[in-house]
Amino acid sequence: MIEARDVSVAIGGKRIVANVDFEARPGEIAAIVGPNGSGKTTFLRALSGDLGYSGEVTINGRNLSAMKPVEAATVRAVLPQATTLSFPFTVREIVRLGLVGGRSGALPGEDQRLPERALARVDLDGFAGRFYQELSGGEQQRVQLARVLCQVWAPVLDGKPRYLFLDEPVSSLDIKHQLIIMDIARDFARRGGGVVAILHDLNLTAMYADRIFVMHRGRLAATGSPQQVLSDELIEKVFDCRLKVGVLPAGNMPFVLPQSAA
Amino acid sequence: MADQSIADAAGIMATAAEGDRSRRARLVIVLLCVGLAIAVLLSLTSGASDASAIGVMHDWLFGALPGDAALSARDHVIIHDIRLPRVILGVLVGASLAVSGAVMQGLFRNPLADPGLIGVSAGSSLGAVAVIVLGSTMLAPLTSALGTLALPLAAFCGGLATTLLLYQVATRQGRTSVATMLLAGIALAALAMALTGILIFMADDRQLRDLTFWQLGSLGGATWQKIGSVGPIIVLALAAMPFLARGLNALALGEATAGHLGIPVQRLKYTAIVGVSAAVGASVAVSGGIGFVGIVVPHLLRLLIGPDNRYLLPASALLGAALLLLADAVARTIVAPAELPIGIVTAVAGAPFFLWILLRKRGVIDL
Repeated sequence: MIEARDVSVAIGGKRIVANVDFEARPGEIAAIVGPNGSGKTTFLRALSGDLGYSGEVTINGRNLSAMKPVEAATVRAVLPQATTLSFPFTVREIVRLGLVGGRSGALPGEDQRLPERALARVDLDGFAGRFYQELSGGEQQRVQLARVLCQVWAPVLDGKPRYLFLDEPVSSLDIKHQLIIMDIARDFARRGGGVVAILHDLNLTAMYADRIFVMHRGRLAATGSPQQVLSDELIEKVFDCRLKVGVLPAGNMPFVLPQSAA
Repeated sequence: MADQSIADAAGIMATAAEGDRSRRARLVIVLLCVGLAIAVLLSLTSGASDASAIGVMHDWLFGALPGDAALSARDHVIIHDIRLPRVILGVLVGASLAVSGAVMQGLFRNPLADPGLIGVSAGSSLGAVAVIVLGSTMLAPLTSALGTLALPLAAFCGGLATTLLLYQVATRQGRTSVATMLLAGIALAALAMALTGILIFMADDRQLRDLTFWQLGSLGGATWQKIGSVGPIIVLALAAMPFLARGLNALALGEATAGHLGIPVQRLKYTAIVGVSAAVGASVAVSGGIGFVGIVVPHLLRLLIGPDNRYLLPASALLGAALLLLADAVARTIVAPAELPIGIVTAVAGAPFFLWILLRKRGVIDL
């Protein structure tokens, strides 16, 4: 489990995240939603160990600030929003970088084949020989996800859950690949890992998230299951936008239609 | 059009093993070993004395050969006391400059980065010029105590001091900003060059001639003693570099991502910086300003084997050494019996190449 207690982050003297309590459980997808500039990415960066913070973060009971880079790399992998590359690496070379920490958790001898398998999972079969810089934005994002999957190939290692941190993993993808990527996240959670994902699409969030953390102006505005959190009032308050939350008869799953804006 | 053909060539390379260029890289490294061996033999046997390659090899491996192919006593002296130290120095300096360039480029995530760029070379030059100009006056106690070691040590200290100062300026709360470092490096290089200028202004005619030749770069003054003083520094620094290769690969994805992958980024940067300033400081001390090796060599190799530093660093060492020996052979023979400073040869060949990289990159990849 990942637990964050009273986490605040300041950048250049300005408080971006204030007093956030957060938890991500193994077996679940925890979605962080909120308008642009609400502090979602900053919070995830603190959780990834990139930014200093006040408060306390523990991963599987261990204090994050006491973890070395290689220890943190063993328990979580991070997919950034966008990655620029400085040299002409091939897709395979990029994906293989996920194995640099050395603990994918795959069976012995399988590491060599992981890049291929990871690429197949993100629907990029046959892309291994292409140059990363020649790919489209959506393809590049999926290559990065394949790299991230290699890093924590087994969702559970040494009996402990591992985590995927995904910052807008589907932002530049078409609908088919949005679903493929969200299914990969769900599958990772079903097999015992935990997922923390920043999402903008409220319908995908309602469909896949087990728990939603709504951020607003650096603070936590609401927490709970999609059914508990996604309401007309909350969306109007947080997103400053009057939308209508509907509920599908089957599965009691909420959906949000921009067409029904008053 | 040129870009298209290069992309095609690169595409063929990449698809041959489906994006895995490691086999190709190993082959290139083996070929470069052979190439370097040939360059060494050529350097040993070319020049005013025409000792044959067979004679030289046999002399080394089995002792003197009987008959015509045997080395005369004069040749023996020329080979062992003049050419051999020069060749070893060329190999050390070439490898050191090329690997330092490759490491800096990985660190700055920029294919045009070079030790010359962040002021390491300028700092080394300042140290060396100070010894040449002030060695008989203000710094006399230093030079008399250290003898011929004074020059390389001063250059090394100058390079290291610049780099550490730079690191202090660019590091805030344990994080080094590469952009700040680049800009601060330009400022420090300008300052070092201005101080060097003051020293040159103070120099007398004889010192000026020494300075000019030293600044242009040359392997001409190679002695066993110089190799003894800078060789260990360069060898140590080069030996540390392969341990950086994986980290530098991860750094291509950005500092944050490299950290997420488990790379201790701060330690990686610190090791790279100290290693590069040691290698470059030592090289500048013995050979002066030899430019462009650090940019041209890694760039050529990236076209050939890709940017994986596990192969790029050793290949750069080999190609840097071989190319510098070739440049030295040209420098020695093109205006024989006089000798052209090798820095002129590398600049004449390297500067147009540098421009070609810029033209080719324009509009293709953002630098």
